[in-house]
Amino acid sequence: MKAEAKQHREPFLRIAKRDGLVWWKAWLIRIAAVAAALLVCAGLIVLITDYNPVQIYAAMIEGSFGSSRKIWITLQKTAMLLCIALAVTPAFKMRFWNIGAEGQVLMGALATAGCMIAWGDKLPLAALIPIMVVFAVGAGMVWTVIPAIFRARWGTNETLFTLMMNYVATQLVSFAITFWENPVGSNTVGIINSATSGGWLPSLFGQRYLLNIVVVVLLTLGMFIYLQYSKQGYEIAVVGESQNTARYIGIDVGRVIVRTMAISGAVCGLAGLMLVAGTDHTISTNTVGGQGFTAIMVSWLAKFNPVFMALTSFLLIFLERGSGEIATTFRLNESVSDILTGIILFFIIGCEFFVNYKVYIRLPRKEGSGNA
Amino acid sequence: MKRILSLVLALLLVFVMAGCSSAPEATEAPEATDAAGTEAPAESEAPAEETPAESEAPAANADFKVGFIFLHDENSTYDKNFMDAATAVQQKLGLTDEQVMFKTNIPESNECYEAAAELVDAGCDVIFADSFGHEDYMIQAAREFPEVQFCHASGTQAHTAGLANFHNAFADIYQGRYLAGIAAGMKINEMIEDGTITADQAKMGYVGAFPYAEVKSGMTSFYLGAKSVCPTVTMDVRYTNSWFDIAKEKEAATSLINDGCVVISQHADSEGAPRACEENNVPNVAYNISTIPIAPNTALISSAISWEPYFTLMIESAMNGEEIPTDYCATLADGGVILTELNTACAAEGTQEAIDAAMEQLLSGELHVFDTANFTVGGETLTSYMADVDTDADFTPDTEAISDGYFHESEYRSAPYFDLDIDGITTK
Repeated sequence: MKAEAKQHREPFLRIAKRDGLVWWKAWLIRIAAVAAALLVCAGLIVLITDYNPVQIYAAMIEGSFGSSRKIWITLQKTAMLLCIALAVTPAFKMRFWNIGAEGQVLMGALATAGCMIAWGDKLPLAALIPIMVVFAVGAGMVWTVIPAIFRARWGTNETLFTLMMNYVATQLVSFAITFWENPVGSNTVGIINSATSGGWLPSLFGQRYLLNIVVVVLLTLGMFIYLQYSKQGYEIAVVGESQNTARYIGIDVGRVIVRTMAISGAVCGLAGLMLVAGTDHTISTNTVGGQGFTAIMVSWLAKFNPVFMALTSFLLIFLERGSGEIATTFRLNESVSDILTGIILFFIIGCEFFVNYKVYIRLPRKEGSGNA
Repeated sequence: MKRILSLVLALLLVFVMAGCSSAPEATEAPEATDAAGTEAPAESEAPAEETPAESEAPAANADFKVGFIFLHDENSTYDKNFMDAATAVQQKLGLTDEQVMFKTNIPESNECYEAAAELVDAGCDVIFADSFGHEDYMIQAAREFPEVQFCHASGTQAHTAGLANFHNAFADIYQGRYLAGIAAGMKINEMIEDGTITADQAKMGYVGAFPYAEVKSGMTSFYLGAKSVCPTVTMDVRYTNSWFDIAKEKEAATSLINDGCVVISQHADSEGAPRACEENNVPNVAYNISTIPIAPNTALISSAISWEPYFTLMIESAMNGEEIPTDYCATLADGGVILTELNTACAAEGTQEAIDAAMEQLLSGELHVFDTANFTVGGETLTSYMADVDTDADFTPDTEAISDGYFHESEYRSAPYFDLDIDGITTK
């Protein structure tokens, strides 16, 4: 038997699972991946355009940090993406594939816009903000609890269910716009209460985006503590690892699913509130603009750790803002910068393979050495 | 671990080498921009020699900047029309790429305000936005930056906003649509003479984005143009409820064709409808760009707004500190409303002559597109119609648009306000 095994040809590449790589080695791999990605991008830039890659990278940094206004915009966008990522994280940790954040945020946005239009000029801001929070959070929760109950009670497929709910939300917004549009037929609502600023979230210290950013920072810390240190956070982790184990130790799995999804929906609703009352002051079917899906990537890239999620959402926003700046500075179509973003993400996601696995390459056999 | 490091290092080396080999190209780039930089002032000095009075203007305007905000990029025919005009005017006026900044893919949200504010930070003296939904955000920016001029296409609020630095612009495109409609009517006449269809089967199809005044005005003038040469023609309309959706526009055009429409036109920004027409061999009248390259057998003609005259006016006014018109309307006469090349491979004989004759009558004021003698609403000829010209939340009709026997489109405001449903046009 042993002789037979020896005759078996060793493959050219052999992959083995790593156990517990030292943290600095893991980060070294990640940094090397980013560096390699930047080099590949540089080669591509030189190949398809006549620009100096250093200029392109300088423009990308300029896009996020070129002026204090740009820094504020970058922070605000990072905060919004992070907020939606925070919302989807507990469900993912529970292995509940909620891909309906786009629609859940949109429902929060729709509820907020409705409150602003109905009461923006009638109620004082101090009274209106709690009302908007209740409606937005409620709308977000309805959009998550429905698929959660169906999953908990009848075992429906939550991926399809939450995905379909996105389209229902988009259609509801389209429907609402036909009542709110100005002028008729234009399909644009315009700035809500532009004259009175009724229902607009206030500026903090003269900065219109600061309130959103502060709320998201608090949410991030809250979510981190909830997931890491609370009993409910532990229950989420157990349900995610094994539902049978959870049942065995007396966790009501259905209840945990519905409760966790309600929290997801509440945070999504809050994100919708901040988008409409905080920044856009309008509603359209593009209000969320795909961030509900990008947030899933943010959450996964950070392995569901809220603090790392701040980093990954910043990275994605940095790339997006850089893309826009490249398009403006060099009059390149944004597709060029999308290609660069794609390459960078490919390397970053791809390097996790090397963090988790070790690759052996077959070398010319030496005397007596079995393993390379 | 070591092995991976060495692999990564090897990869790095390869890429560094790639970087080196292309380094000469990279160093050429700055030279090229230098060359452009030295050329540009030479060009802008040229007109100065002719008119000594303006000799100081170009030198003082070396740091003049203009910013453009576009909803999509050049993949949308709507935005491409603006971008081409901006580039052409940039070359005409001898401005460098640094002086003309483009921001593409800016949605109709707070991002439009942010884009405008960033353009102000970058030193722009005049900023233009091309989409209807940008207007509120441009006004917001105009309030905040009174020293910068803001211009906006297709908007409705400048004439009532009372802001000295906010301006609207649009065009008498309904006249262009009318002339393009003549090409459609002539083609249908040819089909009737051929015996392909009977006079009763003369039905056109129209793919519209939204039931919005700009769309309704365009489709009605197109229909009236066709009707002026083919009296029995009727028209079916399908809305896609989107300004840009290739699949939906194609689908709408196809179902119109299946319903028996023999000519198709559209007011939406993708190439969906022209492509559906080419596949089904149905003549098509397009908008904004010539579709002959994508539909060589079925493209008839296109009407378009040429933004070059307005961009020239806008930039030169801002440069010289002159006032930009509050609500500018481009016309057939000033070259702002144009027809693209007639596709002789598809068009009926005598089309060019018929269009030229009608154009002359429009220019002389002898012919009015919305002459009340040429259309009815609910079977009756209109004598009065209050249009909603001044935008307000309740859409109060405020202006009598019919006088002297015709509907005065784009006269009280550049953006269209003809939103009547006339007889002969059916919404599906």
